[in-house]
Amino acid sequence: MNPIEARLRMQRDDFQLDIDLNIPGHGVTALFGPSGCGKTSLLRAIAGLEPGVSGSLSVCGKNWQGERHFLPPHKRPVGYVFQEPSLFPHLNVRDNLQYGLKRLNKRQRRVSLEQAVELLGIGELLQRKPQQLSGGEQQRVAIARALAVSPALLLMDEPLAALDEALKQEILPWLESLHRELDIPVLYVSHSRDEVARLADHLVLLNTGRVEAAGSVSDLFSRLDLSLAHRPDTETVIETIVAGYDGEFRLAALSFPGGRFRIADRPALGRHARLQVKANDVSITLKWPEQTSILNIFPATVDTLADDGEARVIVRLMLDGNVPLLARITRKSAAELNLESGAKVFAQVKSVALLS
Amino acid sequence: MLAEQDLTALWISLKLAALTTIILLIIGTPLAWWLARSRARLKFLAEALVALPLVLPPTVLGFYLLVALGPDGPLGRAMQAVGGEPLAFTFTGLVIGSVLYSLPFVVQPLQNAFAAIGQRPLEVAATLGASPLDRFFSVAMPLARPGFLTAAVLGFAHTLGEFGVVLMIGGNIPGKTQVLSIAIYDHVEALEYDQAQWISGGLLLLSFLLLMMVYAFNRRFAEARL
Repeated sequence: MNPIEARLRMQRDDFQLDIDLNIPGHGVTALFGPSGCGKTSLLRAIAGLEPGVSGSLSVCGKNWQGERHFLPPHKRPVGYVFQEPSLFPHLNVRDNLQYGLKRLNKRQRRVSLEQAVELLGIGELLQRKPQQLSGGEQQRVAIARALAVSPALLLMDEPLAALDEALKQEILPWLESLHRELDIPVLYVSHSRDEVARLADHLVLLNTGRVEAAGSVSDLFSRLDLSLAHRPDTETVIETIVAGYDGEFRLAALSFPGGRFRIADRPALGRHARLQVKANDVSITLKWPEQTSILNIFPATVDTLADDGEARVIVRLMLDGNVPLLARITRKSAAELNLESGAKVFAQVKSVALLS
Repeated sequence: MLAEQDLTALWISLKLAALTTIILLIIGTPLAWWLARSRARLKFLAEALVALPLVLPPTVLGFYLLVALGPDGPLGRAMQAVGGEPLAFTFTGLVIGSVLYSLPFVVQPLQNAFAAIGQRPLEVAATLGASPLDRFFSVAMPLARPGFLTAAVLGFAHTLGEFGVVLMIGGNIPGKTQVLSIAIYDHVEALEYDQAQWISGGLLLLSFLLLMMVYAFNRRFAEARL
């Protein structure tokens, strides 16, 4: 599928958006950055909702905006999920879902109402009015409503931001299954690192209206020249496939190009699993450690180092297959181990979390 | 009880109020929509013009209309040029005067109702494939329903009760341009307090019932939304 190409500019009194971006035509791309960085403006510009945007935009080979051409929002095949559910209060859930579907050319229907209803588990709610739903239910209906128009591109503007923690946990699994089961590229605005780590495949970092960096989540999360790697909860995200299960010790084996992780969990065999490794849980040794309680040990090469406060450093390690892994150690340890770019070491991973 | 002349006046009053309300809803809706949504720099001028009848003595408005619609006025001449009659002292003249005089009572509730909807529901409708006109009918109109009811009732009741404009431009011709509010005045002038009593009481009751209906409906509508 052709990627999404956006060269968009917009001038407001105190804010300028100047975007030059190529986004993959598959998977979830997170637009990430502090509030006021232009994430939402960019999303609205792509949907055609923002006035005064110049430049060009093409999605999957179709020209949505150009020099003398502006496709109005109702002609752009997008699904848009706003921060608040924004259901139509005068329509019940079924009519809300059908609002977009009814206005869709029959030939363009690829997602059926039943499919959208099933994907978000809202079959019980169809006859209700929006006012009778909880916040989480409302947002699920809003997501289903956006899906029901069979969009070429799904735009989600912090769909979880207005919800409390419990509701977030209620909706996240639905978003993950959406991701697995539909072949629709998603642009997902977020300022939550956790959501990005769980949901996104690609990442676009925005700052003051410009693209700071773009790439895969595991790559950008581990780049030491970006602010993402310099936070107390710095982590690495690693994509794996569930390769086996050890029934005696109840451990799953998850393989990735750099080796295999063993974790105390039981994900379904053969499925993709995304792991999160905190930089604080990774230590470095020069020799293969023997007689240790740590199960996950990988040969690695030191890629780069960067100071992290006064006493510590963040080390970017490369495992086999060019899989990056961050470790946070003291500056003293780094000096004693004589760590420098290119050094061969072993990374010991003390704990791993299964994200999805 | 009511004399035949009073019944005629009642009929003319109702006809005038109904017609005025219908015309105002038709021209007031796009006007209110524009006022609620436009960011045009000169919008305040249009808003001031619409609100003018609220503060202007009805006789002033009536006077200018009389001049404009009379045989020597610009509109009166235009009517004669196309083979019509001047509109002063006709029922059509009354309708024109009432439309202008009751304009703010219809436009302002509509404008407030449209403004209260906000941008979001219309943006949602746009991303779901609804064209601007489609969005207006499928989202803005249903969400502004209480505003439409308020506008219609206020327009109707206000037209029913107007006096100054109607007297100036209609000339109080029984059977043609005499409306109820003027009939009351005539009865009082002639010291026929009984008849004045009947008509006044009737108008009071009708106005109260209409307003009661609006407030009761708006409350139910608001509760349904919670």
